[in-house]
Parts: sequence; structure tokens; C-alpha cells
Amino acid sequence: MEYFLQQTLSGLATGAIYASLALAVVMIYQAIDHFNFAQGEMAMFSCFIAWQLIHWGFPYWIAFFFCIAISFAGGVAIERIVFAPIRNAPILSHIVVFIALFQIFNATAGYLWEFTIRVFPSPFPETLPFESKLIGMHEVGVFGITLAMLLLIYLFFKYTNVGLAMRAAAASPDSARLVGINVGWMLSLGWGLAAAIGAVAGMMIAPIVYLEPNMMLFILLYGFAGAVVGGLTSPLGAVLGGFLMGVLENLAGAYIIGSELKLTFALVVIVLILIFKPAGLLGRVVVQRV
Amino acid sequence: MALVDVNNLEAFYGPIQALHGISFSLEPGGITTILGANGAGKTTTLRSMCGMVKTNGTITFDGENIAGKATEAIVRHGVAHVPEGRGTFVRVTTEENLHLGAYTRSAKSRDQDLERVYTYFPRLKERRHQQAGTLSGGEQQMLAVGRALMLHPRLMLLDEPSFGLAPLIVQELFEILRTINKDEGVSMLLVEQNANLALDLADHAYLLETGRVVMSGTSAEISADESVRSSYLGY
Repeated sequence: MEYFLQQTLSGLATGAIYASLALAVVMIYQAIDHFNFAQGEMAMFSCFIAWQLIHWGFPYWIAFFFCIAISFAGGVAIERIVFAPIRNAPILSHIVVFIALFQIFNATAGYLWEFTIRVFPSPFPETLPFESKLIGMHEVGVFGITLAMLLLIYLFFKYTNVGLAMRAAAASPDSARLVGINVGWMLSLGWGLAAAIGAVAGMMIAPIVYLEPNMMLFILLYGFAGAVVGGLTSPLGAVLGGFLMGVLENLAGAYIIGSELKLTFALVVIVLILIFKPAGLLGRVVVQRV
Repeated sequence: MALVDVNNLEAFYGPIQALHGISFSLEPGGITTILGANGAGKTTTLRSMCGMVKTNGTITFDGENIAGKATEAIVRHGVAHVPEGRGTFVRVTTEENLHLGAYTRSAKSRDQDLERVYTYFPRLKERRHQQAGTLSGGEQQMLAVGRALMLHPRLMLLDEPSFGLAPLIVQELFEILRTINKDEGVSMLLVEQNANLALDLADHAYLLETGRVVMSGTSAEISADESVRSSYLGY
């Protein structure tokens, strides 16, 4: 029983990271209808920026927030420079650009920081303030930070004008223009937010998987799985799907398939969901009367 | 001075020309209607006026040429378009739709404006927390007009507001439009299939045929015209 609880809790902690990535993927998916394959590499690059800042002697939390700000600006810039000009281009153009971004970030990180594995610090203390064998302090911290971030994002979309405008721009761009919303900038803002969310997810997972240019490859796959499980049209679904993937992955790894097949597990889940419930758990079938 | 002067307006969908140099003007505080058969260019005229199609020619709004500007910039001049199909944001609530209508305005006056819209359309207040996509067609049309009002528009472009609605609802809606025009001094440009209805509400009318203005005048003059009566009014 204790083993089960332990696996579940640590599953929730990694699930929080999958949830963040799934959310980032869904946000961009809702805006432009495509998966951003480069989401993970962008997060990895953000991590390296944070690592560099820490390496230069900045305190962790300054590096943390500075990295979020840079990632946000970088996300906006990518949309403005690369995607705005091809907004109406066919899907294949988008995919080519995603792959290009993936390669650019991966290779640039390798060039600047080398492909060797580095230790990325955890901001949390070594020991828990309470007695427990079930979970480590970093896992508790990851869980807390991610939940706080998700809550902030929820409040932003639910209660601010810009958040509402972003939702409107993603759902019905033409109508959004008719109420005076600059749809192009809302898309850029969405990219910025997705990049910032990815950066947080990256910085939270890096102490566990170590920092190197390919660190996000498999993590992003779980993020995709979470997004597909929850439903690509539902940000809440994506978050839940991410947590679910974290827990299922851990439990399946512990009891059924062992750690070698964990990744296969994620892919199997994606395939099964796409076959049997393509809208995902919370994917919305929009009710509309005409 | 006219609120809007449209001069030699041409509109294109790719290689296809939909408007062949139309000119008309709208008086401040007036209601003008554009009549015409399907494909005459009525909707295109409205879409041209808020930058949703490629155009040539000038559209002078309150002394400034707005032709070729981005839609969201034209909206900020006070042009509220109630599009064909209503343009409802179906996934958000009724009240959020209205909030979106006030997007270009300061948040301060928003709650006051909201109450004003609810006075015109009490039913929207009852449904304020309901997902807008679940409203009935009539309610969605009212929501579209309400959303346009939230902008404090100087000109409202109404594209087939009666489309798909029961006659009683249409009557109610047109009464409210008349009141809004009178109380708020909002000028209106109305596109309608139902010519009787449109001429009844409007004070001026233009008749479009295949992208050209073929007749214009007061509603009374147009209603009295023999050819209009037989082609559009059905008596």
C-alpha cells in the first residue's frame, strides 16, 4: 500500500509537468489547429538560459523569473517573425516550420552549451519539513509551483479582459475582429504564454532528468499524450490528462511493464484514445443552435 | 454633412469582382437599407465597410477615409457590424459576449452599458450565465445587437437581422432597433431580404443589382416604385 501511494504521489508530481506541457500544446493547438512539435525544445532552451544565469551567479529565483520573462518574449517573437507571415499557409508549411524550430533550438543549445549532461539545481530544500517516506521535497515543490501556475492561468483566462479576448480570438477570429480585438497579437500572446508555461515545466523537470539538449523529447511525448487524453479542445482536459498520464505511467511502470516500456505506454495511450475517443475525456462537442 | 460617404467602391473575392463601383451616403442618425436579390452585393457592401474584403474606392467615415484599414481599427471608429449568422462567441457565456463587445472601451463604463443592454433585451439578462451557443436564434440575434451596442457605436451595420427568425420575434427585434436608433442616435445600415420590413424601418433605401446601385431614394419613393413593388415587395 505504501508503495502504491508512493508511486501515485510521484506520478502526480511528474504529471504536473506533463499537465503544463499539455496545456501549452493545447493553447497553441486551439489558436492555430496544429501541434507545436517544438514546444519541448523551446522549454529545453529556456532551461539552458536559466542554467546560464545561475551559472553566472544569479540567485535561483531571479534566474527563474527572468527565464520566464525571456521565454514569454521569445514565444511572442517566434509567432511574430515565423508564424505571422504564414498564418494562412497550408498545414504542411506549419509542420515544416515546427520541425525547423525543433532542429534550430536543439542544435543551437548543443552548440552553445554542448550535448553533455548537466545538473540543474532544484530550488527546494533537501528535506521535507514533515516526516514522510512517501514523497521527496522536490516533488512536493514541483506539484505546488505547477498548481499555482495553472491556477494563475485559469484566473487570467476566466476573469481578465485580455484572457477573454484571447479565448474569443482563438474560437472565432472573424467575430473577434468585429469587436475590435487584434487577433494577430492575441495569437502572439498565446505563443508567449505557452513558451512561458513550457519554461516553468522545463525548469521543474530538469533537476530530475538532468539538463541536456534532448531532455524534453520524451517528456513532451507524455505532454502530447496528456493533451490527447484530456481532449485537444479543452485546456482543463489537457491538465487533467497530464496528471492522469503521470500517475498511469508510474503505476504501469511499477506494477505491469517495468520502466523500459514506459514510453511505449504513452504512445499506446495516444493510439487507443485516438481510436476509441478521439475528442478525449473533456474534449468539447460544441452545442450550437442555428 | 453625411456620416458616411462611399465613393466608387469596388470589392473583390480573389479574381471575382462583387461590387462594381457603388456610391452612397448615410445621414447621421438615419436608417438606410440596401435592398437587392441574392448575390447583388448587399453583404459584400457591409463587409467592405469594415475591412473584411479587398476593396478599391473610398469610404469616408466622419471625414476620414477608412477604406483599406484593418477591421479592428475600423471598429474603434465606432462602426459595429452585426454580421450574417450573428457572429456569436458560442463557447462563452452571454454576459462574456457582451463584455467582448465593450473590448475597445474602458472597463469603467462597462457595467453601466451592460444594464442598458439588459433594459433593451431583458431576456439576455435571464440568460446571462448561459453558454451563448445554447441560446435560441432570436436570443442570439438580440445578443448580437446587444454586443454591438456595447461598443457605443455611431454606425451599426445590420446584416439580415430577420434571417431564420419567427415573425413575432422579428417584429419585436425591429421595434427595439427603432428604439435604439431614436434613443441612442445610432445610424444604421440595414441589409434585408425582407424588403417590406426593411422599408418600414428605414428612411432611405438603395437598390443593388449585380454589384451596382440601380436606384436610390427615400423609403416612401422606393416603396412607391412600380418595378420595386413587383420585384421585391410582391404586390
